[in-house]
Amino acid sequence: MDATALLRTPLNQTHRALGAKMVDFGGWDMPVQYSGLLDEHHTVRKAVGLFDVSHMGEIEVRGREAARLVDYVTTNAVAKLRDGQAHYSGLLYETGGFVDDILVHKVSAEHFFLCVNAGNQEKDYEHIRAAHQAKGFDCELEYASPRYAQLAIQGPKALEVAQQLTETALAAIRYYWFADGVFAGVPARMARTGYTGEDGFEIYIAPDRAVEVWNAILAAGAASGIKPCGLGARNTLRLEAKMALYGHEIGADITPLEADLAWIVKLDKGEFIGRAALQKQLETGLTRRLAGFEMRGRGIGRDGYKVTIAGEPAGWVTSGSPAPTLGKNIGLCYLPIAHAQPGEKIEIIIRDQPVEAETVPTPFYKRNR
Amino acid sequence: MSYPETYRYTKEHEWVHLENGIATVGITDHAQSELGDIVYVDLPKPGATVQTGQSFGSVESVKAVSDIYAPVAGEVIAANDDLATAPEKLNEDPHGAAWLIRVKVADGTDLGNLMNAADYESYIGAEH
Repeated sequence: MDATALLRTPLNQTHRALGAKMVDFGGWDMPVQYSGLLDEHHTVRKAVGLFDVSHMGEIEVRGREAARLVDYVTTNAVAKLRDGQAHYSGLLYETGGFVDDILVHKVSAEHFFLCVNAGNQEKDYEHIRAAHQAKGFDCELEYASPRYAQLAIQGPKALEVAQQLTETALAAIRYYWFADGVFAGVPARMARTGYTGEDGFEIYIAPDRAVEVWNAILAAGAASGIKPCGLGARNTLRLEAKMALYGHEIGADITPLEADLAWIVKLDKGEFIGRAALQKQLETGLTRRLAGFEMRGRGIGRDGYKVTIAGEPAGWVTSGSPAPTLGKNIGLCYLPIAHAQPGEKIEIIIRDQPVEAETVPTPFYKRNR
Repeated sequence: MSYPETYRYTKEHEWVHLENGIATVGITDHAQSELGDIVYVDLPKPGATVQTGQSFGSVESVKAVSDIYAPVAGEVIAANDDLATAPEKLNEDPHGAAWLIRVKVADGTDLGNLMNAADYESYIGAEH
């Protein structure tokens, strides 16, 4: 893609001034690393890192039947959410495959705030709009991405850093809850969520205030060892925590049951798009499921590499990388259901050569709480 | 980091230093910087032969795999074994201690089609 055509977050010049290496990430000109991927990864595990994730999309649903629309287009049970609570959910096609994986925030009974993947945001909006139109629920849908920048403060020291910048009592916000308030002098939605497997906050603010908030966070975090972190570390961190990445673990031809995400599917909640397909898949039985693996032989099983079992084709790697926290080479792959459990010997085809690996329990990394 | 005047450079970001019929081959500082943290280096064993322009091994960073191409043809007489246990040396000293292989080349081997340091620096400047 022509560099001039890439989309930019409000922090683009800030990243460049900090010496970030920039890459085309799904049409966005984003920082992949600053000080170095490994250094940033370890900084998030041991201290605190700051990520610009303003490329992520936002969709807002407001009105008397907002909850009904959100419940109809997602897999998780919206009725279980309290005001100020969020959950991970799936946006599915009728086939049961993913349109996207999203975060649903319940602001109030008549106001829901959805955070969606950057590369899917227009498709997601169109999908929800079509469902809205078909069902005629009494609510309004807003493509709100242009109104938000998003910064993620992640790591064991995220709380001590973030708390310096707001009067909202952040320690009182539990994991996957959020609060609206003022952060670094700017109206903000502060959510205790993240994509790293660490404690942390995702801060939603107006784009024209993003640079000042970014700078305020770096200044407040200096004594805690905060560092700006890029998408490279974000990927290794999320993989260790076994968090799915659209286009890798999940996609239009993969269901949440196959992706080992049955916990976000609430078949008993009532009608939703994709429910019938998932019900049928449960009745006929899954043929494949996502599994974690560790390399036993020398090499790294990377995204897209083929997987065999005793020499026979078995599946493919969805994400694979060194795991900096663990000092191992790990990955996720799809395997026939009979083999999709820990302790199976598999081979990853690396440069036309089978290299030994073994399926292992996931997540690969879990923080102490 | 500066690019040694006595080395010659390929478009695929390898360097070669020819002395007394022995070519030492490595990857450039630009290459290691683009790759990021290097975690794995796969090299041929001594006795293997390499062909000009053909892949003879690979370098992997956390996020990517990159083939390495031979700038010269000949027999591998040494591979840098230190890189198997300390691949990060490639990030630290790509033009020196972290050379990859030494190749015994045929008499009359000509590196005239490769870039000199100044040309390589303008080449990587123009890439961006």
